[in-house]
Amino acid sequence: MSARYFGAAVTRVEDPRLLTGRGRYVDDSEFPGMLHAAFVRASVAHGRIRSVDTGEASGMPGVVAIYTMADFAGIAQGQMPPMAPHPLLPTPITYHPLAVEEVRHVGEAIAIVLADDRARAEDAAAAVSLDIEELPAVADAVLASKAGAPRADSKRPSNIAATMKAGFSDCGAVFAKADHVLTERFDIHRGGCHSMECRGVVASVDPHSDVLTLSTSSQSPYMVRRHLATYLNRDESQIHIMTPDVGGGFGPKANVYPEEFAVALAALKTARPVKWIEDRQEHFVATTQQRGQVWTLDVAFDHDGRMRAIRGHCVHDNGAYAPYGLILPATALASFPGPYALEALDLTIDVVLTNLVPTSPVRGACRPNAAFLLERLADRIARHLGIDRQEVRRRSFVRADQMPYSTGMKARDGSPISYDSGDYIAALDLVLHKIDASGFQARRAAAAKRGKLLGLGIASCVEDTGLGPFEGASVRVTPAGKVVVSTGASSQGQGHRTALAQIAADALGVDLNDVRVETADTSKFPLGMSTIASRIAVTAGSSVELASQKVRAKAIAFASHKLEVGEQDLELEGGAVRVKGVPGLNVSLSEISRTLAGNVGMSLPGAMEPDLAATAYFNSTALTFAYGANACEVEIDPETGDVRVVRYVVVHDCGKLINPLIVDGQIRGGVVHGIGNALFERMIYDEAGQPLTTTYADYLLPLASEMPPIEIHHMETPSPRNPIGVKGAGEGGTIPAAACVISAVENALGSNAPFIHLHPISPQQVMKWLELSGSAAQA
Amino acid sequence: MSERHLTFTLNGERREASAETRTHLADFLRHGLGLTGTHVGCEHGVCGACTVIVDGAPVRSCLMLAVQIDGCTVETVEGLATGGQLSPLQQAFADHHGLQCGFCTPGMLMTLEAFLRVTPSPTQQDVRIAISGNTCRCTGYQGIVEAALTAAAAKGSRP
Ligand code: FES
Ligand code: FES
Repeated sequence: MSARYFGAAVTRVEDPRLLTGRGRYVDDSEFPGMLHAAFVRASVAHGRIRSVDTGEASGMPGVVAIYTMADFAGIAQGQMPPMAPHPLLPTPITYHPLAVEEVRHVGEAIAIVLADDRARAEDAAAAVSLDIEELPAVADAVLASKAGAPRADSKRPSNIAATMKAGFSDCGAVFAKADHVLTERFDIHRGGCHSMECRGVVASVDPHSDVLTLSTSSQSPYMVRRHLATYLNRDESQIHIMTPDVGGGFGPKANVYPEEFAVALAALKTARPVKWIEDRQEHFVATTQQRGQVWTLDVAFDHDGRMRAIRGHCVHDNGAYAPYGLILPATALASFPGPYALEALDLTIDVVLTNLVPTSPVRGACRPNAAFLLERLADRIARHLGIDRQEVRRRSFVRADQMPYSTGMKARDGSPISYDSGDYIAALDLVLHKIDASGFQARRAAAAKRGKLLGLGIASCVEDTGLGPFEGASVRVTPAGKVVVSTGASSQGQGHRTALAQIAADALGVDLNDVRVETADTSKFPLGMSTIASRIAVTAGSSVELASQKVRAKAIAFASHKLEVGEQDLELEGGAVRVKGVPGLNVSLSEISRTLAGNVGMSLPGAMEPDLAATAYFNSTALTFAYGANACEVEIDPETGDVRVVRYVVVHDCGKLINPLIVDGQIRGGVVHGIGNALFERMIYDEAGQPLTTTYADYLLPLASEMPPIEIHHMETPSPRNPIGVKGAGEGGTIPAAACVISAVENALGSNAPFIHLHPISPQQVMKWLELSGSAAQA
Repeated sequence: MSERHLTFTLNGERREASAETRTHLADFLRHGLGLTGTHVGCEHGVCGACTVIVDGAPVRSCLMLAVQIDGCTVETVEGLATGGQLSPLQQAFADHHGLQCGFCTPGMLMTLEAFLRVTPSPTQQDVRIAISGNTCRCTGYQGIVEAALTAAAAKGSRP
């Protein structure tokens, strides 16, 4: 295979359409007779539904129907199926498509209003009157975990939904022999997701085939199909899910949502197409959020800074439902011990129900949490011992000569976790070199002359990618000689159509423009999982490679038969199979495809199977491990407490790069997300569980004016665990970013500053720390 | 609901249509006229996804009523490319990976289009401030900033 495209920074095939307004996001489709939905949502965080009065609303102009769950009794009823069943959750904590009896967070959908346009549906939704008996609510996971706290779900005996443990070896023994032990408490704040496109779904039923079609802004179209089929007791073949262009996913769109079900039920009941497009205010109260965890950790280490063992406990804010089972707390645990070679680990997570929006993975899932904890501990050890932060890391990291390295932890399927390849110390060295760490003191002095406090932060991370079990792909050469790649892997902006086309184009020796990639349409490809956890390059990418190689082999076999030339003398190039070194002697892929498409009464050459096509599923049986080292500089204005990230350097290794342009884009976006987590994004609730940040005036997202340029350097250690040597790259930017920024802030505040155990931080908080540390006076 | 008759110029073409008085311009463009290139990300004037150009100025079409464009000239993302050719700014977005999901992109393009007309030689910081009213969750902004600087340079007006 000539690597013409693999590894090249080719511009994306998606772009011309998206740049000219020809994208097709879910809200862009209209159907004749389509109804528009608006939801009536709970305005209290916890309550018993006494009645829903739709009398006045149903008579309003344009209103066609208003349904509560009771109205769907003839079609389906009960709770939604759990997406990821877990033995620790014998009773799944899932929504009903519309709330029945009890509401457990502000924003939970209670009724669906259908009208001839959205504005009228909203008018009527506002006129539906709810009689809800308010029940005591709990809005803080730590409070909720205490005995005697109000119960977030009156049907469950306790707010602690599950207690999960993970670890290895005997922590007690290592702690007993360690030179030092420190204990720290950490408070990582919940934040939202905020894909710029909110969620949305359009459902319709074809009266002839009875196929229920959903166009939905999902990362998991096949999961939507599977769970909807179970819920409706329909065959999967009678459900068709499409995800056209999706305006960002970042995790929350991987859930199967009650609104998707409610809209489907409404379409079945009315026999008309129904569209619902989430507005931003709904996104704040009905789309899953993340991060919220409170940890207490003990770390054992030696005089030289070598980190030896960690033990501790976490209160995990689950929110009101667990649509995705325990995937998030499980990921938090599995993200330990990060790049550190620990001798023992012992962690416990209490998964706690609160009357807040449910949580589920958001870019990195809980990996950024683990990175924050581990990197903060490394900095803490350095301060305690009075040694350089990098020394703690250098002495504690898994070394390149230990690869593959079994961490001692187990993956979700129970298999031992082992890091495939990489050099964490080299990555740290490189990032320190690139940011010119040795010149930092001079820069700090220069900043001080301007009255600013400069701080240098470092953070490393390991990212498990390529999660199994599989994605698949079919590759087909059409009679026109074009290549069509179809896969179940959906895209929310990651450029799959380009990256996958690059792989197929190289394998088949065709022009990139002659490859078309179809993604995530259940009628076009039979099976798929989800675009989550940085897994698509590994799973779908490898599938495209394997399927392309099968097609290539078939084309070569055909040409060998036709040209009577040995297979070893043939190559694919320029859309044809050519005899090496003999110009003009070739057979085009188009001709092979046409011949293998058959002709009535004519036998196929060489008794070959019809169709120049193949399907392959890459079964990812072992995770791949990308990693990175980040360094940044922040400048603090001691007059205002304002923190600006002024430089940010990333060293990243995700194995072979399919397309550096796309990988860099993933990393940069991820870093900015992490900077947002460190400095801006705060989802505030009052004690009664009322969200106080439901607009972008209150909830601050990172903007261009506050973001630094982000410099990226790649290391390329191929993964031995897949045929193309790749590892995922979707979350590697976010995972260490908050840790890196906070490390820099603490460094800027000076050696007397308090240990920073939380994020996001605020200017007010920075001012307090400045007072405590005396840095305000120094500057 | 009261409807009003409107006459306006849209992407260089004279148009007539009617709109409910309460309909905002973004909904009118998207659902009234079928120009779905303009996106809606927040509907409260912060994210900038809905930005279009009205009488030469970038406006948030979620904060403007459709009836206000009577007699105005409106430009949307659909009008940027001419004769199947991407505009220099659009091409620069593709070249610099200034978009991922593409949802914020029309708003970014229209904001920058208006900005570059009045600021032909911006610095990087000028561009960052110009798009500080547009949120992008995907790109980290860098590709967008590079695209804008490249497009400005391509016009030959940057030193
Ligand atoms: S949709 Fe208009 S500014 Fe967000
Ligand atoms: S490209 Fe997705 S929001 Fe900007």
